[in-house]
Amino acid sequence: MPQELAYLKESASQTAGPYVHIGLAPGAAGFEIYRQELGRDMTGPNAKGERIRVEGRIIDGMGAPIKDVLLEVWQANADGHYAHPEGGGEVEEGFRGWGRVISDFDTGEWGFDTVKPGATRGRNVGTQAPHLNLWIVARGINIGLNTRMYFSDEAEANAADPVLNLIEWENRRGTLIAERTERDGMPVYRFDVRLQGEDETVFFDV
Amino acid sequence: MTQPGEFYQRDRSIQPPAFTPGYKTSVARSPRYSMISLQNSVSEITGPRFGHSDIDAGDNDLLTNYAKAGESPIGERIILHGRVLDENARPVPKTLVEIWQANAGGRYRHKKDTYLAPIDPNFGGCGRTLTDENGYFYFRTVKPGAYPWRNMVNNWRPAHIHVSVFGTGFAQRLITQCYFEGDPLIPICPIVQTIPDQGAIEQLTAKLDLNATIPLDSIAYKFDIVLRGRRSTLFENRLEGN
Ligand SMILES: [Fe+2]
Repeated sequence: MPQELAYLKESASQTAGPYVHIGLAPGAAGFEIYRQELGRDMTGPNAKGERIRVEGRIIDGMGAPIKDVLLEVWQANADGHYAHPEGGGEVEEGFRGWGRVISDFDTGEWGFDTVKPGATRGRNVGTQAPHLNLWIVARGINIGLNTRMYFSDEAEANAADPVLNLIEWENRRGTLIAERTERDGMPVYRFDVRLQGEDETVFFDV
Repeated sequence: MTQPGEFYQRDRSIQPPAFTPGYKTSVARSPRYSMISLQNSVSEITGPRFGHSDIDAGDNDLLTNYAKAGESPIGERIILHGRVLDENARPVPKTLVEIWQANAGGRYRHKKDTYLAPIDPNFGGCGRTLTDENGYFYFRTVKPGAYPWRNMVNNWRPAHIHVSVFGTGFAQRLITQCYFEGDPLIPICPIVQTIPDQGAIEQLTAKLDLNATIPLDSIAYKFDIVLRGRRSTLFENRLEGN
């Protein structure tokens, strides 16, 4: 008789539902309960690098912005190090590189302030272009969607990025590149995510 | 000598697909192109870590974390406890577990919930904790009520607690729901039924745990959560720099 492998199965995902804010951002649900909500300050006070703002919307298959979405952001610091023992090196005291962001209930707009990450080491050799890792959950999304945001002012690094180059259809790579603009002297990157349609954003099975 | 490598490929045959017409909201919110499969890089094997300075000791007690002094929420007092494990059956220590739920009447404390059942003035409906070194966690709360929702005209959610877990890498990030053994609404719930595998549904169903019950106080339910496991790699040239 063959031996059974003793592995467990990953728990199945279920939608975060419309009331995800109660658990992960209770202030937005309409009440205060915790000493501090997590994920509001992505970088801490000591982060090096360029201060930036990122804004966007998540747009559904009807072309409407999703107004009850929650995103999490995971990023390296300006040196390209993640705040993790396997993250590639030291980070500044207080730098976590993780953020939790919700869309506005009326407009679907979201935004957050952070620092621009550096290039990170590649899987085998070389480097990955600076990017933010995004994880998107909402009512109607059965399992969190993973995608990445790259920076329009990093054209050369983007052209050499091993992940962007995995995308067979060159015209789809642009769905992951946020456009840099400026507002009041601050760089603002615009990143709209489209869940369906001709310009559907690239999502990753990580 | 081995070192941890990338996460095992996610078993999509037990995970809900994006497009599940029985759950109508998924129709316009589901990507249609194939996802691009990505071998894990440093961006996926790392993830945020949390410590005791992030949360407070009483955050896991929903019986008291929003109640007025000397009062408690209405409802069946329960303990929800279990372990966070990975697919290698190893505990995941010091990881953040966050929960949220409706009150005993099925009403959420949320400005967008307009269900007839009343808000409980002593119940917030959220909690959070870190697993201990054995991956163990527990919450005290009340059993949530079933509630109606707009999908088909007469859909009711089984009693459930929403659960969010991190693990050690961003690729393990998971949100799911915990159901309760014996609930007749489970097999007819369109959200539960997005899961294509019966064993996976059973894995999300907390079991009555009489041994952990506190006599004359609270009924216990056991709920283990499994996150993706990582390969142990021999030193391979292909993982240079990983
Ligand atoms: Fe719910």
